[in-house]
Amino acid sequence: MPDPRLQIEHVSKRFGPTVALDGVHLSVAPGEVHAIVGENGAGKSTLMKILSGAITPDSGTVRLDGAAYQPRDPLEARRRGVAMVYQELSLAPHLTVAGNILLGMEPSRGGIVRRGDLHAAAGAALAQLAVTAGVITRSRGAQTPPDAGYETVSRRIDLDARAGSLPVAVQQLVEIARALAQSDTRVLILDEPTSSLAEDDVRRLFAAIRTLKSRGLSVLYISHVLEEVQEIADRFTVLRDGRTVGGGEARAVPRSDIVRMMAGRRMDQLFPRSAHTAGDPILELDGVGGMVKPAFASLSLRRGEVVGIGGLMGAGRTELLRVIFGLDPVRRGSIRVAAWSGRATPRRRLAQGVGLLSEDRKAEGLALSLSVADNTTLSRLTGLGPGFLVWPSRQQAAAARWVERLRIRCRSGRQRVSELSGGNQQKVALARLLHHDVDVFLLDEPTRGIDVGSKAEIYTLIDELALAGKAILIVTSYLPELLGICDRVAVMHRGRLGAPRDAAELTEHAVLMEAMGQA
Amino acid sequence: MTTPARRAIGPWLARNSWVGPLVALLVLYVVFSMLAPDSFPTAGNLRTMVRQTAVVGIAALGMTMVVILGGIDLSVGSIVAFTTVAVAYLLQAGHGPIAAAAGGILVAACCGLFNGVLITGLRVMPFIVTLGAMGIIRGAAKGLAHEQKIDAPATWLNDLIAELPAGSRWQVLPPGVWLLIVLALCVGGLLRYTRFGRHIFAIGSNEDTARLCGVHVQRVKTQVYALSAALAGIAGLMQFSRLTVGDPTVASGLELDVIAAVVIGGGTLSGGEGSVLGSLVGAMLMTEIKTGGTHLGLANWVQEIITGVIIIVAVALDRLRHRKGLGTGG
Repeated sequence: MPDPRLQIEHVSKRFGPTVALDGVHLSVAPGEVHAIVGENGAGKSTLMKILSGAITPDSGTVRLDGAAYQPRDPLEARRRGVAMVYQELSLAPHLTVAGNILLGMEPSRGGIVRRGDLHAAAGAALAQLAVTAGVITRSRGAQTPPDAGYETVSRRIDLDARAGSLPVAVQQLVEIARALAQSDTRVLILDEPTSSLAEDDVRRLFAAIRTLKSRGLSVLYISHVLEEVQEIADRFTVLRDGRTVGGGEARAVPRSDIVRMMAGRRMDQLFPRSAHTAGDPILELDGVGGMVKPAFASLSLRRGEVVGIGGLMGAGRTELLRVIFGLDPVRRGSIRVAAWSGRATPRRRLAQGVGLLSEDRKAEGLALSLSVADNTTLSRLTGLGPGFLVWPSRQQAAAARWVERLRIRCRSGRQRVSELSGGNQQKVALARLLHHDVDVFLLDEPTRGIDVGSKAEIYTLIDELALAGKAILIVTSYLPELLGICDRVAVMHRGRLGAPRDAAELTEHAVLMEAMGQA
Repeated sequence: MTTPARRAIGPWLARNSWVGPLVALLVLYVVFSMLAPDSFPTAGNLRTMVRQTAVVGIAALGMTMVVILGGIDLSVGSIVAFTTVAVAYLLQAGHGPIAAAAGGILVAACCGLFNGVLITGLRVMPFIVTLGAMGIIRGAAKGLAHEQKIDAPATWLNDLIAELPAGSRWQVLPPGVWLLIVLALCVGGLLRYTRFGRHIFAIGSNEDTARLCGVHVQRVKTQVYALSAALAGIAGLMQFSRLTVGDPTVASGLELDVIAAVVIGGGTLSGGEGSVLGSLVGAMLMTEIKTGGTHLGLANWVQEIITGVIIIVAVALDRLRHRKGLGTGG
């Protein structure tokens, strides 16, 4: 084996009490495509952030072509030849393809951009991806085709097309070309590059990766999709709970063995779970389909039970909860809440006793600049004063009750939510559902990004709610949690929800297989 | 050593954004009083300043709601002008002062409803919609008045914010100023003690959260723009009272004074923050600078520069206060 291009040894990183990486090691040879697999939260993104210079490790060493490599910021990483293409595209949609590729390093003389040089350099970068580029001239007034700027037949990219007008797959190629053009790239990191691509586009991307590989570039390829990993990668490394737990030749190891490494056996976590007795159905989904996702979901949720929805990120689980709550339209099928059916809005759902805990508490779940009391009582301000009035003292008293009950750590109900820790913010969002006294809890990733103590408290709370006859539907990407706190579990794969099964009969391995469409 | 009392003052300051501007108002009062001891610190001058604040102050009440909502209303000046024209028109047509006043305020409220419906219906940014409305309403006022001032028969409307006659000194302040105080209490109470008010704050702080919590986001927005314009209509009534004629060219640029008052008083244009008391203090502060400048014999351009500096300093200090307030949270 040749000297490794990139060698990672004993790299560890902690965020407060959470250990994100714990002695990770792997090495990548020049011209190798190396896949990194692992379930959500295994530490993949933390590792990539370290390599791309976004964060620095607490301990361990990284060597790039034998030299110590510890970039202080993404710019230094780029200068050293490590480029990262994120899952979310970051092109400037109003600039042209050429302008994007050479953004920040436009060839110019005396401040005037030289268009010819710009096109030549951008074209050269795209050529590395086996994509030909040129300037497509169109007659004035001619109808712009739907995928303007990209000729499907000749696979030419129009260097003068606005990036925002291109199909996502082409934008991704442009983004990779930018990574190549901006430095003498030795290591290219691709994070879930196929998550938004159609089958054809995946082929095109793989062709580009093979071209780069033949030029001696090393590629770190992060993916959930094992078929793709086995097709494009030479070797792979499995991360679990921040540790390297396995790896090998991508094509030599059976897929189910890789899944077994990803799931593994864990320390027994203590999940409080009393015997729940399921009552009458309260939420019934019959062949529900939304705009794109979910594609098809049928489920009956009963009082007094906790039902979990497993699946990979992007499977359509959040979208399903949004459709149920009336935030997105129902296109097919029907949703019944107790006796109600018909068009849903969040307002109606709340009136029917259905509440949603958003997965994104900062952008959607909480009004961060408002107080704990305001956030707790926002959905139900009635009863806090006569008529349409709201007495602040009654609002504070109502909030204080939940602050005490959920042990929310804050100075007072008047404190701004933005000043609280993640775990306490999540408790405030939960307190709102409790204050509203909903019967059906739609919880989207209720323990994401919060400390272990708060997690345990939220598990206990969910158990108590089920015992009190509430119905709980949880979306979670954390498998032990899914199997530990839920009575029944259904798995979603590419927008389709599988049949729910008793959690006791399932293993993490089985859930992962189903989530990846291998069942 | 931090005593409980000291620990509580940081968050209290962070919540009550009107404290800083109020301190500035009082400090400037002392400064002007020392520099012009004969004319500035008199009861008469104080009354004059309060009277001169009525128009901007009343309009600022509505703008406070709009800013807390996360919006902006650039058509306020045009609405004030349109109201003066409408009131004069109605008086000239032989209607009584109450009917004329009510008609003027109703017309103003309709302008706001128009803004609100366009903002929520077309999903165009409030800045653009009200920028357009600013031109449309100003143009309509000029058209209605045939591009000239409309004379109106003298009624008690002309006395709303005039200096009180000798016999009515027991009222202390002219009726227009009392109206400002009553309206301020109403709007302050609305914001603090009603579901509607809490919903305004919630939408301004995070519209998605408000929707998630079942708030009628679009309806509340439309209502706030209508309400704000109605208050601008009342401000227009005050303006009419001062002019005693309907003038379609009056109050041009007034919206910027109104927005400045709200911003000095702690309102943030990104929404979720602002207070009635702060906005009124902001309006008073601007009048104080103008009046004090005049008493000191400062040229107009000096006053304008000082007012501009005050706006920037107020907002910069407000940011600093926020960071301090957040700092004590950990």
